Parts: sequence; C-alpha cells; structure tokens
Amino acid sequence: MLEDVKPDLEHNVCGTYCPIPISELSNQIKSMSLGQVIELIADDPGVVEDVPAWCKATGQEFLGIYEEDGEFHAFIKKVKD
Amino acid sequence: MSHKPKALVLFSGGLDSQLAAVNISKVQNIEVKLIHFYTGFCITEHKRRLGIPNKDGKIPQNPALKAAAALELPIEIIDISQEYINVILNPKFGYGKNINPCLDCRIFMLLKLKEIMKKEGYDFIVTGEVLGQRPMSQTKDKLTIVEKETGLKGLIVRPLSAKLLPETIPEEKDLIKRELMWDISGRSRTKQINLAKTYNIDYEQPSGGCCYLTDEHFAIKFKEELSFKKSLNWDDLSLMTVGRHLRLPNGTKMIISRNEGETRFLNGFKNRFDWAYVENKAIAILKELNEEDIDYIAKIMARYCGNNTTKVTLSINKNMIKELAEPLEDDIINNLKIGDMDHVRRR
Repeated sequence: MLEDVKPDLEHNVCGTYCPIPISELSNQIKSMSLGQVIELIADDPGVVEDVPAWCKATGQEFLGIYEEDGEFHAFIKKVKD
Repeated sequence: MSHKPKALVLFSGGLDSQLAAVNISKVQNIEVKLIHFYTGFCITEHKRRLGIPNKDGKIPQNPALKAAAALELPIEIIDISQEYINVILNPKFGYGKNINPCLDCRIFMLLKLKEIMKKEGYDFIVTGEVLGQRPMSQTKDKLTIVEKETGLKGLIVRPLSAKLLPETIPEEKDLIKRELMWDISGRSRTKQINLAKTYNIDYEQPSGGCCYLTDEHFAIKFKEELSFKKSLNWDDLSLMTVGRHLRLPNGTKMIISRNEGETRFLNGFKNRFDWAYVENKAIAILKELNEEDIDYIAKIMARYCGNNTTKVTLSINKNMIKELAEPLEDDIINNLKIGDMDHVRRR
C-alpha cells in the first residue's frame, strides 16, 4: 500500500499552485541520492496529472498518489541523476 | 570536443518550442534539457489556480509539462516570478501593444539560460523563435539586439528559421547540421502545423501565447494603478488577474470576487489587506484604503451580493465592522469601474 511507503524526504508545498509544486519537487530531488523516495504533499489538485507527467519527462519513478483531507500525497523515487 | 554536446531549450510547451526541441533532440540527436520559466503571468496556470476547467471539464495542465512528458524530454521549471517584476516595471526596450515587454523578457530569460549553460556545461541554447512572427521580438534586428544584450552571439540556435539566419557556432563546429533545420518565417502557421503532423506533436496553446501581459484589460488595470502609485509589487500585479476592479471616490481600490474560485484566491490576501465580505457570496480586497470610502464599499458589496439590503462584514486595520447596506446604483458603480479607457484618461 502507498500509505505504507516510508519516504526519505517529505516536502509540503500546500498553498502553492502550478507549476510551483513541480519546481519545488525538481529542486528537492536534485539533492537526493539514487533510490531515495520523496513524498510531496500539495493541495493543488493539478499535481495528480503534473507529477506523473514530470516523472515521465525526467525519467524518475512515479510510485503513486493518494488524497487525504484535501491534500495530495505523491511518492517519487529518484532513479536518475 | 571531448564531451557529448548538449543544449538547453527555452520551452513554453507551445508548438514552436516543441518543434525546436524535436529538431535538436530527435532529428539532430543532441542531448537536451527543456527549461520552462514561471513568470506568474501565464493564463493557463492562473485558470487552474482559480479552478476554472477547460471546455472538456478537465483541470488545465501546465502546457510545458504536458508537452515534455509527451516528447519524453527532461524538463526543469524555474520560478523567476519575483525577479520578473523588474522586467515588467522597467523594460529597457519598452512595451508592445499592451504591457508586454517582449524584448526585455526574452533577454532576461536568455541571460538566465546563459547562467545555467555555464554552470551545468551546456554547449548552446535553442529557442522556437520564428523570424518575422512577432514584431516586438522576432525581427532580424531584434534577434541581433537580443544576442548583443545577452552576450550569446552565435550560441542561440533557432531551428525553425535557421536557414534564414547567420550560421551559429554549433553549426560551425558541426555539432548540428543546417540542412536538417528549417526556413520558416512570418506569421503563417502552415509549415509548423504540417511539421507537427510529421513529428506527431500535440499542441494546445494558441499561437499568440498565454501571457497576461499581452491582455488589454490587464494593461488598463496596470496603467491605472501606476497612476496612483510610484511602483507596483507582486501582490498588486497578482490581484490584477482576478475580480471586478473599482477605484472609489476617495482613492480606495476595491477588488471583488465574481465566483467561488476568485473568492478562494482573494481569501489568500486577507492576512495582509483590509477586506469586505458577504457570507457565501463574495469577498473584496481593499487597497490604498481611505476610510471615507467605507460606506461606498458596503453598498457596492450589497449591489454585487444579491442587489438587496445586505449584511456586510469589513476588516479595517484588523478591526471588524458590520454594516447593513443598501445596494449602490449601477450608474454610480459604472463610473468607478476600472477597465474602460475613459476612466484611465480621466486620471
């Protein structure tokens, strides 16, 4: 289950809107090591489409996303420098 | 050259920048990174912020991100919104038809790309510019000015018009081949549309772009506000993208939400501005407040929140005031609206 994934880094971007969540995700992932997982928490519903699109473009692994209380929790594994 | 050449692409996600990226990456087999700058003035992004769906009912997606995913090319989105205010307020080369500082904008973005190019070891920069497509920034003279101002002479490749432009350094070094690029010029989109079919490129953005700064109504608000203040900040500019705008008789600026999305957006400004509110109806953000306008504010809220006697809550200097207001007459309100040129001329 996605809820059971233990991220190495949690980054909350609630209150920001497209494309800032993606810009923040990109910045955070630069400092991570290969194999590490980041949990991005956002309240912009656009991340549901944006995060997988960003992963597809950049070659990072999209593990999934779920919504809880209006917040979206996206999990991304760094697989490429 | 010992390393594998690589290029940065200035990428909006529109058809021209997609074609430029495809030419360099897939036709010329050069490694690329797409760079999309967030200025804060993209209409698509703003529609999404307000929760305004597309015609198909879906939430609008960032066009650059969508295109990068379709092309499977790496993209970086960089927030330049705070620095960009200076470009809007003090453009060295002036504005276009509205408050679009296209030439300064282009120079600013290319200087940013130049920094990344040097820092990350890229060889050249690619843009989707088309010779003669836009009079403000894409004539031969203007392209020369851009190269001079950025110090990037010979390092900007424009694949769509390359055959009509002087040879670039990457061509001289045989990193890319001129014969594989194109000779497109002018405002017609026919050649680009045909190329899109050839390369199976999907595109949505209208050819004029999606920048608020080219919007006539935004420009009217911008000029009106500058007639009251020496300078504008990010909040001023951001507020110009939503709501009804009125300048009250004693100088107060009032921005009233017109729908749920705008109410949600304007709620984000409540902690740093005075405001007026009618429950389940609308909110107004108040700037340059003159307290002699308070009755007007309440009456205007009554007009736009049911056009009946209305209970209005105001927060003035963090003090809550409740007023029961009658709606103001339309004839009076019409003279306070910002958006018609006559109003700006009167100031």
